[in-house]
Amino acid sequence: MATLNVLILVCLAYVVLLFGVAFAADRMAAAGRGRWLRSPRIYTLSLSIYCTAWTFYGAVGNAARSGLEFVTIYLGPTLVMISWWWGLRKLVRVGRSQRVTSIADLISSRYGKSNTLAICVTILAVLGGTPYIALQLQSITLSFSIFAEADPSGLYREGASVFWVAAGLAMFAILFGTRNLDANERHHGVVTAIALESVVKLFALLAVGIFVVWGVAGGVTPMMDRIDASAIGRWDVDTGRWITITFLSAAAFVCLPRMFQVMVVENDDEAHLRTAAWAFPLYLLLMSLFVVPIAVVGLDLLPAGSNPDLFVLTVPLSQGNDWLAMLSFIGGFSSATSMVIVTAMALSTMVSNHLVMPIWLNTRERRSSISGDVRGVVLMARRVSIAAIMALGFFYYRLSGGGAALASIGLVAFAGISQILPALVGGLFWRGATRTGALVGLSVGFSLWVYTLLLPGMGGGVMSASVIENGPFGLGWLRPQALFGLEGLDPMTHTVLWSLSLNALAFCAASLLSFPSPLERLQGAQFVNVFDHSVAPGGWTGSVAQSEDLMIMTQRILGAGPAQDFFQAEADRQGVRGRLPEPTPGFLERLERELSGSVGAATAHAMIGQIVGGSSVSVEDLLAVADESAQLLEYSSRLEAKSAELSRTARKLREANEKLTQISKQKDAFLGQVSHELRTPMTSIRAFSEIMRDTDGLSADETRRYATIIHDEALRLTRLLDDLLDLSVLENGQVNLNMGDATLRAVLDRAVATALAGVERPLRVRRSLPSERIALHTDLDRLGQVFINLISNAQKYCDAADPMLTISAYDVGGQVVIDFVDNGSGVPADAQSMVFEKFARVGFDKAGGAGLGLAICREIMQRLGGEISYLPGQGGAAFRVSLPLAHRQAAQ
Amino acid sequence: MSRKVLLIEDEPNITEAIRFLLTREGWNVETHAEGGNAVEAILAARPDLVILDVMLPGKSGMDVLRELREHEEMQALPVLMLTARGQSRDREMAEKAGVSRFMTKPFSNTEVLTAVRDLHAQASRT
Repeated sequence: MATLNVLILVCLAYVVLLFGVAFAADRMAAAGRGRWLRSPRIYTLSLSIYCTAWTFYGAVGNAARSGLEFVTIYLGPTLVMISWWWGLRKLVRVGRSQRVTSIADLISSRYGKSNTLAICVTILAVLGGTPYIALQLQSITLSFSIFAEADPSGLYREGASVFWVAAGLAMFAILFGTRNLDANERHHGVVTAIALESVVKLFALLAVGIFVVWGVAGGVTPMMDRIDASAIGRWDVDTGRWITITFLSAAAFVCLPRMFQVMVVENDDEAHLRTAAWAFPLYLLLMSLFVVPIAVVGLDLLPAGSNPDLFVLTVPLSQGNDWLAMLSFIGGFSSATSMVIVTAMALSTMVSNHLVMPIWLNTRERRSSISGDVRGVVLMARRVSIAAIMALGFFYYRLSGGGAALASIGLVAFAGISQILPALVGGLFWRGATRTGALVGLSVGFSLWVYTLLLPGMGGGVMSASVIENGPFGLGWLRPQALFGLEGLDPMTHTVLWSLSLNALAFCAASLLSFPSPLERLQGAQFVNVFDHSVAPGGWTGSVAQSEDLMIMTQRILGAGPAQDFFQAEADRQGVRGRLPEPTPGFLERLERELSGSVGAATAHAMIGQIVGGSSVSVEDLLAVADESAQLLEYSSRLEAKSAELSRTARKLREANEKLTQISKQKDAFLGQVSHELRTPMTSIRAFSEIMRDTDGLSADETRRYATIIHDEALRLTRLLDDLLDLSVLENGQVNLNMGDATLRAVLDRAVATALAGVERPLRVRRSLPSERIALHTDLDRLGQVFINLISNAQKYCDAADPMLTISAYDVGGQVVIDFVDNGSGVPADAQSMVFEKFARVGFDKAGGAGLGLAICREIMQRLGGEISYLPGQGGAAFRVSLPLAHRQAAQ
Repeated sequence: MSRKVLLIEDEPNITEAIRFLLTREGWNVETHAEGGNAVEAILAARPDLVILDVMLPGKSGMDVLRELREHEEMQALPVLMLTARGQSRDREMAEKAGVSRFMTKPFSNTEVLTAVRDLHAQASRT
């Protein structure tokens, strides 16, 4: 009988069927047909990947060894589904609205997009998942080996077959699990194949059960009698272990990566949970219905020492029912393959998203060019991750040698993955939970799990017996299986009790002691109050997006031309040339990418979200939008500041330029004036000297007259040069004051005498001599020069018939004031402000100087610490000279 | 027929020197010492030649020349301009304003006489 070869053939055929189903389901989903693919039944069936080969084979083995304890494995999920479905609904809602891709992503997202946390969870999941995959491979090998014993002539070779099984599963996961990138586009092919496998394994187990009860035992009543007679029937319960394992399986049901994948990521509609809430416990009940009968009959029928884990196979075989055994084998095979495929997919998503991609992005310099090529990298990372995870499982299987009982490996993995529970549940229901809390809790729980369960259980001298007996370094209270002196407990119970309670405690304490970042705070609110914020998400798929609205928005962002080109190309791609393209997920994704080139990724996502309306705009989106706006604002305010600075600089430059121009103009004007004042007398001198030289027969009178003109002009030139030099010296500050002491009266006496010496036109000078008895300490010559100038001016310019100058002196609060007022018509009002400027001649009289006299007076008075000013409204021309008297006091 | 020159110059000594030179050449010399109403003086005197200073009280010689050239019958009148400011910009301005000859002070008597003769000869030919 070629049973084994037939088995291999059937196995291959079954695998081909799975590929076909997955392929067909993918095609139907892509074409938008096959509503039943998204039905609650498929969802419920896909949840049954909870029942792995461990449950399929191991439950019977567990029953045979430990009695009714196996029920706890089913009890946990059942309790969760029935009594905590509202919690699951929240989990699903959060997962969908935040568009998380895995449980690591969910935890990271909740705690402010912390990649550290994501890495921790990923590592934990891989550590817990790898032995689990090995376990599935082992179950396939074991079941093959049963048939191989019965049929030594078969083609079966253990090592090779496991390798090919692993490779095949990896290929399946890669083919159907990494076709798309967006986690929102669910893997309909995989889910449908899993659902089919669920039906197959349930059918197989039920078939074996029915065969055992009615075919072997002979009906229900004899069966019940057999059960009562066996040890399993006795209600022998270790309460602590029961509670522990029930709790563990409940926690694992929520935390296992593969469960999260089918329950949250692959969920199409959270209403499906309502169906699953009763249908999934029913499925578990059916799965567990015949466990005890098969175990009891197996113990009765088979020789002592037979592996009870394989009763499901060996009982039909022992009765010669090969076809039933084969069906049972296919059931076990289904359990193993579905679990491996989904686990590999879920783990690869975590590994690629949280380990590979961050490293890849960091090693690339140009982060900005995140475009099409990144998709390729992500998909490749996922495919490689799947292969690597399968390889890890395979090697673990080869190294461990497959000794330990199947169920115990499963429970160890459960305990490990359950360490996520406090962070997960806390994150969903407690806004105060922080990233630090989650990190500390996870670390504590994880370390305790490794120390108290993983290492001691590994055997092979990983942890020496003395450490287990006496604790490390003989520290009794650190014994891994009796931590803090807690003895007498089953190791599993001990670990779960310590690790989870300390994990939760550390999580709470660290959360209370640390402060969340703003993003954490917002994400926390988003998670905890998810039902207040979000509508039931429909996702990008199957949305009611309005193509027209999308078109309008795109035109607004890209401009009319490019937008039309883009939509036309898309319509061509969809085969609806000339019409607006359908808002398929692929199209929306491309559109989002196109738009994000213009307005930034976050904004593009938010805008499409607004129109499509399916997925609510997440806090992260809003924050990213706010970030982008803030950056723009900051940029524009920087620009503003820059431009203000520039205009300030420009104004300063303009002012400086104006000043320079003005100075240059003044200089030009001054040079022009000087030139004029020098050339004018020169002209007369030259003209008359040439006349005298070239003209014969000039009369003696003419000769004298012309010589006098030459002489006068020469004097005028000399005066001008003197004045210019004087002014230049005064202005450049190179003047040395020659300080001396005298009374004001003496200085005035000398000045009047000098100014009026030899003048033709008389000027009367009126003074009040008593008030001039003021002692001065100053440069007497310079002060005298000022006085002479003022008296000469009066003498020259006073246009009164009887010109008179009144000089009066006062002592006013520490300074002497001397006024010079004549009885002429004075300086015209519009010229008064000009009289002290250089060359500012008032009137046309040529007898005077070049117009530098008063400018020189002003400079002198400044040097002396005093002042000269014009006094308007005095009748005639009036000048006031004031000088501080501090010098006089110093002199006395 | 006697030739008439109008000398507009505010420096009395320079006026006297030029008057002496041109009188001996046979010119009838009239003088005016102010810029403000110089144009009116020219229009009234109808001279054959004008000698014009630039820095005049009341109105600059440049402005006087510009205004003079606005009168159609005065466009051909030879105008010899004298300046003591010696800046090249002044020469450009004067040429723009329609000066016939531009000279910088101090000048040599021969120069002035040659210029006057030339200008008068040109004006007589046309």
